[in-house]
This record gives sequence, structure tokens and C-alpha cells, in this order.
Amino acid sequence: MRIKNIALALVLGVSWCGASFAASSASGVLQPANNDVANTASLQRGARNFVNYCLGCHSARYVRYSRLAADLGLTEAQVIENLMFTGDSIHGTMQNVLPQEAAARWFGTTPPDLSLIARARGTDYVYTFLKSFYVDPKRPTGVNNLVLPGTSMPHVLWELQGFQEAVYDGESDPANDAVHKKFKGFELVQPGLLSPAEYDQFVRDTVNFLDYIAEPMQLERRSLGFRVLAFLLVFFLLAYALKKEYWKDVK
Amino acid sequence: MSATMPSPVRRGRLAAIAEWCDQRLGYSRFIKAHMTEYYAPKNFNFWYYFGSLALLVLVIQIVTGIFLTMNYKPSAEGAFASVEYIMRDVEWGWLIRYMHSTGASAFFVVVYLHMFRGLMYGSYKNPRELVWIFGMLIYLCLMAEAFFGYLLPWGNMSYWGAQVIVSLFGAIPGIGESLVEWIRGDYYISDITLNRFFALHVIALPLALIFLVVAHIFALHEVGSNNPDGVEIKKLKGPDGHPVDGIPFHPYYTVKDLVGVIVFLAFFSCVVFFAPEMGGYFLEHANFQPANPLQTPENIAPVWYFTPFYAILRAVPNKLLGVVLMGLAVISFAFLPWLDRSKVKSIRYRGWIFKTFLFAFAFSFIALGYLGLQHVTPAYTYAARFFTIVYFSFFILMPWYTKIDPTKPVPERVTYHAH
Repeated sequence: MRIKNIALALVLGVSWCGASFAASSASGVLQPANNDVANTASLQRGARNFVNYCLGCHSARYVRYSRLAADLGLTEAQVIENLMFTGDSIHGTMQNVLPQEAAARWFGTTPPDLSLIARARGTDYVYTFLKSFYVDPKRPTGVNNLVLPGTSMPHVLWELQGFQEAVYDGESDPANDAVHKKFKGFELVQPGLLSPAEYDQFVRDTVNFLDYIAEPMQLERRSLGFRVLAFLLVFFLLAYALKKEYWKDVK
Repeated sequence: MSATMPSPVRRGRLAAIAEWCDQRLGYSRFIKAHMTEYYAPKNFNFWYYFGSLALLVLVIQIVTGIFLTMNYKPSAEGAFASVEYIMRDVEWGWLIRYMHSTGASAFFVVVYLHMFRGLMYGSYKNPRELVWIFGMLIYLCLMAEAFFGYLLPWGNMSYWGAQVIVSLFGAIPGIGESLVEWIRGDYYISDITLNRFFALHVIALPLALIFLVVAHIFALHEVGSNNPDGVEIKKLKGPDGHPVDGIPFHPYYTVKDLVGVIVFLAFFSCVVFFAPEMGGYFLEHANFQPANPLQTPENIAPVWYFTPFYAILRAVPNKLLGVVLMGLAVISFAFLPWLDRSKVKSIRYRGWIFKTFLFAFAFSFIALGYLGLQHVTPAYTYAARFFTIVYFSFFILMPWYTKIDPTKPVPERVTYHAH
């Protein structure tokens, strides 16, 4: 009985540690992306957004167009017509047109490949990042980003979102002759083509697409998982009955 | 032929071939010795599933490893892309890869529980010292195997993790720096390092592991299994010459372990199919970016199964002393058979002193594992030092506390209630 208690304590201890790990890894400032990779319409819009606004500079070099067609419920003709501007084969991958050396010269860094960005950074990070550009005349691009300060990425989506300014609460600290700034929120100073709600949806669709390309088999993985667990349940019942039958002899 | 005699059973051709082979190979004797006439105590409990589960995970790792090797490219140029190729373009490649990556962590979960079982029931004590030593060698090989394998995806955490761990050898006075260079085969972690780690991961260590597992099982079957009561069942034999508290491993424990295997596979599948990254603890987020020698990840932490030892390393201000203590933390287990002076094996008949020390040890192991994953802060460093002391006091004070521990009388026979 005591051993059972120790075992229980260990298990509870481990799961408690697991919970606190999870809590500590998620940063407080990120907004939830709330995207859904099962939403094909959203993925299609995201693919369109990605091709129109991201693929100029960023590649997705592990993503095949033919796979997109199959997974996004599009015909190959539709993909060639709407998503392929670089003249590749339908079986090719999403390469960008920007030469790497030129990119390094213009931006000071090569724009990273985005195939796995949603897994490397998390969807909430990308979602919040794309919503956190604000006007900063000190930067060469005229904007800065609250999530990644000093980013060399320009505000590619300014036309859609417009420009926003960061608003701070000044808290004076006379003892140290300083003012502690505390971020309060963004204020739209120049509206874009989309309303804030429409822009959120635009970013959500794009992030949804990035989530999908980071792990294209994720829906298949989950649905197979349920079938495997169902099989194991049946197998368990049979195996347990077999064990019971054999162990009847053990006195 | 008289009509009353039963007609002789016609043996099938297959049975004839089997017998022909057996006369020349003697495998039926082997099966008897290790399966059908290997008598195991009948009172195995929950904790006794993890031995067979460790064997299952070894098989999973070898089989999935073979298929991964068919498409993996062991080069700095192609490794990262070939893993993504496996994930996206190879039929069922994602499943094979997730089984392998989850299997690595599952191996350590199972092995840690298996080792804890040994601590609780005194399975390392006379006459099972060699079983325990082989087990410790398996554990060492497993750590090396996991470390080499972790470099292969050539992600940024692979790269920097290997960088940090290999550089630990640099703390050895005199030969340190040249030793590090010799291990890497280069002045930094490079294509050359990746190639040799690949060779060690797919050939050298799996061979050593299989050899050691065979030795572990042979040594176990020579002396017989321990049990939750720590009673030697061989002392009390029935008229048939078999232990009265023993039952043949096959079929009794094969059918019982099958149930354990299915339950394990259910947990395993939950990770593989629903949380293959396990919140960044089985597959670290930074490893989804290719290795970049110019960009250090924000927080270089080893995978969870190494973090108790990593926390001990960081807790010590002196690097050499830290490396020495970390090494000692791993190999201390090997001395347990000679540190433990208690007359009884099982925790069931030990006194409160041993129970307290064992619980404190298990708790400090988990606490160090947690601390090893966190950023260093002064408070965490002091906590890690405290738990390091608790960890080592379990071993260092053992000859003393096991001697004075008030034990209870051990029964003649195992406790077992038929279901």
C-alpha cells in the first residue's frame, strides 16, 4: 500500500512538473492564433495570402505544389492558375524568386525559409508578430516589431493593416531620474484596406496555412491515431481475457 | 497393426523440418531454459512490466531506425532536408520518424521506472550484482546512443546541444582540448562529426546494446528473478524440483506482459499521434530550424532525460568538478550492490530510514530534472545544489543507514493472492 502511495506521488509529481513546464514556456504577451487546420477554406485563403505577400522573399522549400492541391481540395489546374507564379513544375517546391545575395544586401539578412516556422516559433508567435508592427522612424524600414524588436522585415502588410503606433503608459521614477515605459496597446494612425477584424482574419488564415505546411500530415496523423487506439482497445480486451484464463491456474 | 491401437499421428512436413533443425541446433532446449521452463516468481506486480517493455522499445527503435536510414542523408548539407523529406514525401515516413523520436524518450521513461523498481525491491543485491552491472552498462550505452542520435536531424538544438556536451570533455586537465578535437574530428561540430556520430548511432552502439541486453537476460536467468518480497523462490522447491512460488515464464508472463505491451502502446500512440513534440520536450522547437553555427538558441537545454545530470553540472561552480560530479551521478548506481548493507532486499520489509532516503532520492532526481530545463537563476542554483547533496547522500550514506535501518522479518514464501 505504501509503495502504491509512493508511486502515485511520483506520477503526480511528474505530471505537475509537466504542467508547470508548459506554463513557463508560453510567453505572456502572445495572442492566441485560434487557427484550425481542418478548415480548408481558411487554408485556401491562407495559401493565397502566402503566395501574394510572403513568397516574394521567403521560400517554403519543403512544400510541394502537388501536395497543396491534394490537401487543400484544389485541382492541379487551380493551383497552377492561382498559386504558381514562378513557372515551376507542379511537382516542384515553393521556391522564392529573390536571389539570396540580393536579399542579404537589402535586408542585412536572408529571409528565412518558412516551411517550419510555425513549429519552430509556434502559431501564436507568428500571429502576434504579424500584428505587432508599429511606426518607428528610427528603423530603416520605418517600422519596428514588438515581438521581435529590431527585425529587418518591413511591414509587408501595411497596405492591408495600415500603420499603428505603440502607446505606452509613462511611469515616472524620480528616484532614478527616469521614466519606465509600460506597453499599453496599439493605436491605428492610418487605416488600411481591411478593418481590424478583417485583418485579424487575414493573419489567422495565413498562420493557419503556415501551421499546415509545417506539418502537412497532422490531420491524417490525428485521424489515424483514433483508429489505432480503437484497435488497441479491442486487442486489450482479448489479451486481458487470455491472461485471466491462463492465470486461473495460479494459486 | 491391431484395430484397437490409435493410428500414429501423421507428422506434418514442417514439424519434420523443425525436428531436423532442432537435432542440429538444440533450440528447443534454449526455449525451455529461457521460456517454458524458466520459473519466475508468481507475485510480480505493476513494476515488473518495464523489463519486457524496454525490450519492446529496443525492437521499435531498431526497426524504425532501419527504415529511417533508408532515406536519411548523413551530411551537413543534406541531413535536415532529408528528415523533412522523410516527414513529407516518404510513404509513412512521418509515422516511422515519430515512432523513433517518441521511442527515444519512451526508452528512458521505461528504463528509469525499471531502475526504480530495482532500487525498491533490492534487485541489485546478491546474487544479482552482475545483472545490475550489465543493466548499468546498458544505461550508459543508451545515453551515448541517444546523444549521438540527437545530432543526426542537424537542427539548431542538435548542433548546439552536441557543441555543449562535447565541450565538457575539454574540462579534463591536460588532454581536454585535444580530446574534444579528436571526438569532433574537426575544430568545430561539422560534417565530419555528423558522419561519425551516424556510424556510432546506427552500428556501434546498437551492437553493444544488443550484446549487453543478451548478457543482462542470461545473467538474470542464471540466478533467477527477484520479486516484490525479495524472497529467493529457489530456496523452496516442490517434489517436481521446481520452485513452489515459481511459474513458467511462458505462457504465464508472456500473456501478462502482452497486456502490459498493449497498455504501453496506447500511451505511446497518444504521443505519436496526438502530441509528437510533447510540448517541446520530446522534439524541441529550436530543432525545427537547421543547424546554424552563428546563431545560438535562446536556451540550450538537453532533452529531458539528461537534465538531472545537467542540473548537477550547472550547480557546481568549477567546470571540472561539475563534470566529475555529473559522471559520478551516473556511475554511482553501479556500486549499489556493495553499498547496501541491509539484510533484506525489498522495501516491504525495510524500515523508515531506507524509505525516507529512497523517497528523497527519487524526488531529488525529478527536481534536478526540472531544474536542468530552466534558465539559471540564483534561487534555482541553490535548489540544484541542495538536491545534488540529497542525490549523493543516498549513495554515500547508504552503508550507514542500511545497517541501522529497523527491518521487518521476511516471510518464507512470497505474498500472493489468487485472483
